[in-house]
Amino acid sequence: MPTTSPPDAGLAPRGAGGQAGAAPRPARDRDAAGLGRPRAAAFVTPALLLIAAFLVFPALWTIYLGLTDYRLTGLAAADPQMVGLDNFTDALKDDSFSHSLGLTLQFVVGSAVIGQAGLGFLIAWVMRNRRGALRRLVEALVLTAWILPSSVIAFLWIALLDRDDGTLNAALHTPGTAWLLEHPMLSIIVFNIWRGTAFSMMLYAAALGNVPPSHLETARLAGASGWQQLRDVVFPRIRGHILTNLLLISLWTFNDFTPFLLTSGGPEDKTEVMPVFIYKLALSNGELGFGAAISVLMLLINLVIAVVYMTLLRRRKEDAPA
Amino acid sequence: MGVLTRRAWAVTGVLALSFGVAACGSDSEGSGGTIELKIAANAISGGKNAEEADWIENWVIPHFEEAEADRGVDVKVTFEPSGVDDEQFKSRLALDLQSGSGPDIMSLDGIWLGEFAEAGYIKPLSETSPDFESWDGWDQIPEAVQQLAAFDGDLYGIPWGTDGRVLFYNKNLFEQAGLPTDWQPTSWQDILDAGEALGSLDGVTPIQLNAGTAMGEATTMQGILPLLAGTGEEISSDGSWTGASDGMEQALGLYEDIYGGGLGDPQLQQETQGRDKSFQEFAENKIGILAEGDYFWRSVVNPDNGVAPMEDRDEAVGYALIPAAQPGQGVNGQDFVSMSGGSVRTLNAASDHLDLAWDLLTFMNSAEAVTASVADTPKITARTDVNEQVLADDPMLTFINEQVLPITIFRPADSLYPQVSTLLQEATAAVVDGDSPSQAAEDYQDGLEEVVGGADHVTS
Amino acid sequence: MSTEATTDLEKHSSPGRGGPPPDPSATGHLAGLAGARQAVRRIGFYVFCCLLLAFFALPLLWLACAPFDRTPTITASLPDFTLQNFDTLFDNPYAMRSLGNSLLLAAGTGVLVVVFAALAAYALSRVRLPGRDALLYTLLLLSSIVTGTAAMVPLFNLAFELHLIDSQLGVILVLTGGLLPSAIFILKDFMDGTPRSYEESAQVFGASPLQIVRHVVVPLVRPGLATIAVWSVAQVWGNFLIPFLLLRSPEKSPAAVVMYTFYTEGGQPDLALISTFSLLYSLPVVLMFLLVSSRYGFRFHGGIKR
Repeated sequence: MPTTSPPDAGLAPRGAGGQAGAAPRPARDRDAAGLGRPRAAAFVTPALLLIAAFLVFPALWTIYLGLTDYRLTGLAAADPQMVGLDNFTDALKDDSFSHSLGLTLQFVVGSAVIGQAGLGFLIAWVMRNRRGALRRLVEALVLTAWILPSSVIAFLWIALLDRDDGTLNAALHTPGTAWLLEHPMLSIIVFNIWRGTAFSMMLYAAALGNVPPSHLETARLAGASGWQQLRDVVFPRIRGHILTNLLLISLWTFNDFTPFLLTSGGPEDKTEVMPVFIYKLALSNGELGFGAAISVLMLLINLVIAVVYMTLLRRRKEDAPA
Repeated sequence: MGVLTRRAWAVTGVLALSFGVAACGSDSEGSGGTIELKIAANAISGGKNAEEADWIENWVIPHFEEAEADRGVDVKVTFEPSGVDDEQFKSRLALDLQSGSGPDIMSLDGIWLGEFAEAGYIKPLSETSPDFESWDGWDQIPEAVQQLAAFDGDLYGIPWGTDGRVLFYNKNLFEQAGLPTDWQPTSWQDILDAGEALGSLDGVTPIQLNAGTAMGEATTMQGILPLLAGTGEEISSDGSWTGASDGMEQALGLYEDIYGGGLGDPQLQQETQGRDKSFQEFAENKIGILAEGDYFWRSVVNPDNGVAPMEDRDEAVGYALIPAAQPGQGVNGQDFVSMSGGSVRTLNAASDHLDLAWDLLTFMNSAEAVTASVADTPKITARTDVNEQVLADDPMLTFINEQVLPITIFRPADSLYPQVSTLLQEATAAVVDGDSPSQAAEDYQDGLEEVVGGADHVTS
Repeated sequence: MSTEATTDLEKHSSPGRGGPPPDPSATGHLAGLAGARQAVRRIGFYVFCCLLLAFFALPLLWLACAPFDRTPTITASLPDFTLQNFDTLFDNPYAMRSLGNSLLLAAGTGVLVVVFAALAAYALSRVRLPGRDALLYTLLLLSSIVTGTAAMVPLFNLAFELHLIDSQLGVILVLTGGLLPSAIFILKDFMDGTPRSYEESAQVFGASPLQIVRHVVVPLVRPGLATIAVWSVAQVWGNFLIPFLLLRSPEKSPAAVVMYTFYTEGGQPDLALISTFSLLYSLPVVLMFLLVSSRYGFRFHGGIKR
């Protein structure tokens, strides 16, 4: 695969050819149904129209608001002023912004990259050859955590972590431990692992289904340890899935507002991750212009994350044995 | 330089989209000369503020429509209920108003008036309803309560109800601790002494004085502001905000005495559900003294429909005036102090039928209507004549009406107030967390100068 | 390697258990060691499963207790059993209707997302449109701005100008716009993984592209479509901000909005109503998941299997 391959080159290692990277590009993009560009454009149009209207347009407007001192009430609502890049420079100088960014990175790395992806892969790996009730039970429970509404979930976790009569304190015999106060970040990280592991689990389960068992068998007979099998046989084949997975769960976690329902950003501001920070600015303080500017900064950070994943995984691919 | 207006953006967008989703919008003008009016409040049947919602739907609307029909005016009134957090309600209302739509009559928290007035969403009554002074109801609303609806010297609406703050105490616990059950402290030291006595009881938190940001406005209203008033200061006076003043430091000092001295539960102040839990603990005889508004009596420990009901409320729950730090040290030289809030009904400046909306507003605030609104659960209304009737059966609310309201003060209806309030909450949190009062006051002053635009607007 | 080969291999090999027969020359000692290892692995597996089940089940306890408790608190405890809370809830004028509204919003959004995302993902997977990848990533990133609080003014004003305030269609369109990029992204990954040979055969037999998508591609990626459907329904089911901002009549409000009405004027939750409502609010999505899971096999599949 040429090094200049476009970003999605790593996304589809399961193309028509089984050997990763062996298939020539035209085959992968082959227009098998004879769609042709005009019809392809027609297929894409409804989605793009909706996205343009209800996503791109409001997003551009938000970016524009980030250049003003707009507020929903008060004098700045009647007569908003253009402030240029002031909001951005103010934000970058603001301690609470960098504090919040630090927490968000901890949250993303801890709960998404390590937690959800790790646990999700582990479950998929352990369950890969299982069929039957146990696997169905595990999957059903993990998925329940994923699809329940967050306002309900918040009550569940408050009941779990309560200081006086919390279920966790009863289970661990640690009466009086105020988890959300004494270990606030750890609590919301574990919470988000619970909440979001399902997606990674499903994705990796599918990815592992695409690893030919014969290859694993060969490696095993050749004396490869479990770890070596993973590294040499499994990993190269599911690299595209890993990229998709990490990219999506990182973005989702970065923009996840649910911790607010558990901690309101507290105690003090110890769990004030970026979406909570923006919520407080925009809704509680009414500083919509400033909030919008921070949203844009958040977008740029998300962009950096995406680029990092793509370059990281592409380089790994070159290193890996073909 | 001004910026692109909302409409310019929207029109650009709509043109660019030329999207086929034009659902039919309904104009406020109905067919056949029927005038439509809309009332909005953060109240909903079967949920938040249900009594108010039911009253508007079942009493106000039919009675008003009928009365207008008798006059030959064909009017249709609708009610737009909501049941959300006050901040969310405020944001959505502001969204409606900035687009030029929204209800004709709306209920606002008194402290939002400044923001809404500055944004041009509401106008002084002298502009919207030139003959507003001729309404006979003003005579029944005390001057102090009218201030709830005032901003910059103008009245913007009609105040609807108010409240007062006291110290609630658990008589069962007081008896166990050997304290008098008809307790009335006259200084902060008296409170601390009672706290010490209660501290001897097992599993009892002596005092709950709200602190920190998790409690939100409850920290400001039931905590730091009444204390500040007890030192003779107000949060803002003559257009200047109170910074790290002596009074502020003294008020924060009481937090240090309580939470540093083991008389309060510091962790409870940080928990998201801290306020709910403090109510529950009070109802379970685990908290001795708790500063709250009359809301606590009506809706929390109320044996009928409270969220933390106490079967023996009338016997077990005592209430006392909040003392000044020392007798005579309170604002205006008072011995006792209180803070009050309340809601105001205002007219949408963009309403198409301001005259009729004003008629509806006065109709809603007539003695008959106000009496009907509190028929089931008595509440303190803005009208003295109604209060005299409906509160008679409730000793607690009568106490508030007769003893507390005369000494109470209100928060400034300033657009900066919400941010100042957050800073105050953070200052109390810092003290509970172990900072010295002077340090917390200093940090507060720094934040205050930033928010209100420089040291010239701060007194210390 | 052809897909057929994969299928064959999958059929008769199951690593860990199958494989070649034991070497006859192996001593009993070695076999014993292997047996012990096997036992340890089995124990490890069950311990892992128990911990996993405990971790994922423990928080759900409150939902099983509180709705049936006479005086529910914020913690899970053995209920003082009553069904009174359900009666109170059924009397609420908006509670049950809101579940129907949620269903409408979720179904509407789900259908739009699945259909539009499938068409777009297929076209993007099969035909190289200019700027395709950059476009996908940009949209994915932009979707994070629009789901945040800061975008509420643009979203509201857009809906206002389009006369979509207090319209459930408006909510559906806004939510669909926000969910589409992720859905396309995931589905394109799926489509990339399906073999082209069937489509080519269908084309030889003269099927139109739309027919090919309906009869050849959709069956292949059905589990993926099911997953996207469940995912988008779950997203809509829990969304509070958009319906709250855009809808006005409580008769149209979904459950996520109505749930917030069960608080007092002072912001205290009425736990009897909230816990009971939480249970009723959760059941439809869980049932949907179970249904989809039993009918379509709820997971991602790349390529043809079995």
